[in-house]
Amino acid sequence: MAGAMTAIPQAEVKKRANIEVLRTLEQEKEVVFDTQNLNLWYGEKHALRDINLDIHEEEVTAIIGPSGCGKSTYLKTLNRMVELVPSVRTTGVIQYKGKSIFDKSLRVEELRTQVGMVFQKPNPFPKSIYENIAYGPKIHGIRNKMILDEIVEKSLRGAYIWDEVKDRLHDNAYGLSGGQQQRLCIARCLAIEPDVILMDEPTSALDPKSTLKVEELIRELKKDYAIVIVTHNMQQASRISDRTAFFLDGEVVEYDRTDVIFNEPTDQRTEDYINGRFG
Amino acid sequence: MRTNNEPVHVQELISKKKQSKNLFLKFEKAIPIILFLIASVSVFTTIGIIYTLFSETIEFFKQVSVVEFFTGTVLKPLSQDPKFGVLPLIMGTLTSTVIAMLVAAPIGLMTAIYLSEFASERIRKTFKPLLEILAGIPTIVYGFFAFTFVTPLLKHVIPGLETTNILSPGIVMGIMIIPMIASLSEDAMSSVPNAMREGALALGATKLEVATRVVIPAAFSGIVASFVLAISRAIGETMIVTIASGSSKNFTFDLTQSMQTMTAYIVEVTGGDAPAGSTIYYSLYAVAMTLFVFTLLMNLFARYVARKFKEEY
Ligand SMILES: Nc1ncnc2c1ncn2[C@@H]1O[C@H](COP(=O)(O)OP(=O)(O)OP(=O)(O)O)[C@@H](O)[C@H]1O
Ligand SMILES: [Mg+2]
Repeated sequence: MAGAMTAIPQAEVKKRANIEVLRTLEQEKEVVFDTQNLNLWYGEKHALRDINLDIHEEEVTAIIGPSGCGKSTYLKTLNRMVELVPSVRTTGVIQYKGKSIFDKSLRVEELRTQVGMVFQKPNPFPKSIYENIAYGPKIHGIRNKMILDEIVEKSLRGAYIWDEVKDRLHDNAYGLSGGQQQRLCIARCLAIEPDVILMDEPTSALDPKSTLKVEELIRELKKDYAIVIVTHNMQQASRISDRTAFFLDGEVVEYDRTDVIFNEPTDQRTEDYINGRFG
Repeated sequence: MRTNNEPVHVQELISKKKQSKNLFLKFEKAIPIILFLIASVSVFTTIGIIYTLFSETIEFFKQVSVVEFFTGTVLKPLSQDPKFGVLPLIMGTLTSTVIAMLVAAPIGLMTAIYLSEFASERIRKTFKPLLEILAGIPTIVYGFFAFTFVTPLLKHVIPGLETTNILSPGIVMGIMIIPMIASLSEDAMSSVPNAMREGALALGATKLEVATRVVIPAAFSGIVASFVLAISRAIGETMIVTIASGSSKNFTFDLTQSMQTMTAYIVEVTGGDAPAGSTIYYSLYAVAMTLFVFTLLMNLFARYVARKFKEEY
């Protein structure tokens, strides 16, 4: 953006900057995740390079980029799931609500309780629909049957799947269709009322109709949650996200408001990728 | 190696081969039948065994009443006035099996949890073969171990312990079946897809919660299967109890005393020379039949449990 401004007279720049500041003050939502100079290696493989990104409250942040560019890796770094790979090493800072997520005093379970995740392939537990939703609250010590019933209903309603499953709550979750399973997984994530929901290509295994349902759901959810979504689907990113980050080879090439990224990207590579002229 | 540079015609080559293949094709047709016959061997053997057991057991019950056999608490096959109550033997078998499972089930399961959920790849890779070696030690070695090592050791703790007793072989039998439970349960647990673990971890579950609330339930039928195999193995175990528990046919709950199991009785009687056709001789079959029914019931029960609690995915 700075590059585009050089041709403009100095006074004009100042004025614009002021307006920018004002706009920021009234519009900019609070930052939940603040990533600074994040680097990540899988053994020798340098998978993330100097990532700087802010994730905002009540917004949908889309992460796009060609296969293997590090989108999933970045997403999994945010709730530290990436550490399940033994060879992983990270440097840099990620602050969650002003506190480093790598801080020794922060329990990783605590972080994951507040930062939920929905996976690419629906992965319900081999239990009943009810038990799938109740699992999270139960491990966090909620035992009261009546409260659990309420949480289950609320979460299933929140994921717009209640009407489809309310008569079969005690059937095995694997009897549901793929799209229903994915919404069940979203409901499972909602049940512990996280602040942030990370979604890794949540609709890639779904048919167009289920995809639209999930997208609708995401738009609904952002009223209460910060959502980060990895997607290969450009239309999807432009439809549902407020901001978009374009990743390439482990780097963030461009990060801006979605309309800017899709309409007037600064970097040629972003434009090429969005228009399908790329990898 | 081909020397001339003519192009290869695959279809031609195939049809050439096919002509020489006709005989082979006939053989191929016969293969399912041959394999069926081979597979039948084990079925027929089983039927044969059951038939023998049955017919000889019937002979036995012509001489001793069913009621006396199954309710009698006294077993004195060699006395002037022989008594053929099987309960002391059942007691011996059950007691030693229960002791063995009390030792093996928790240790085996915890080992499996450790190996499948906590251990690093390297530890798992060295530990598992080790377990399998342990499972291959001949039982006579375990028997010897029970008699010469565990019993004297236990005597320090329990002064009243007899030289031959049921406690020591029970414990050693437990040690013997730990690898079986650990290894089979570990197999069942590692085959639970990682996606399920990740799903739970992402909800803020600890590794232990993942193990106990996701992995074990999902692997439950496999774990039950490992327990059943272990119990069957304990029920059928012969050498350890023969060596370390002696041959007193006590009907008691006192673990410090010598007790005889069904298997050990069979060893004792076959080892002495019971004349064919005598009551003692037939009693072998009756006891063997009882043993057989025991393991059968065990297996049926396990199937039921495994099916009832199976989590489909
Ligand atoms: N467990 C791992 N061990 C080693 N390298 C890995 C591992 N996971 C990912 N990588 C490497 O890190 C890079 C980034 O992978 P990542 O899964 O984040 O890509 P992605 O952008 O999500 O791709 P896709 O769109 O195909 O899902 C890739 O080059 C990949 O090969
Ligand atoms: Mg990915």
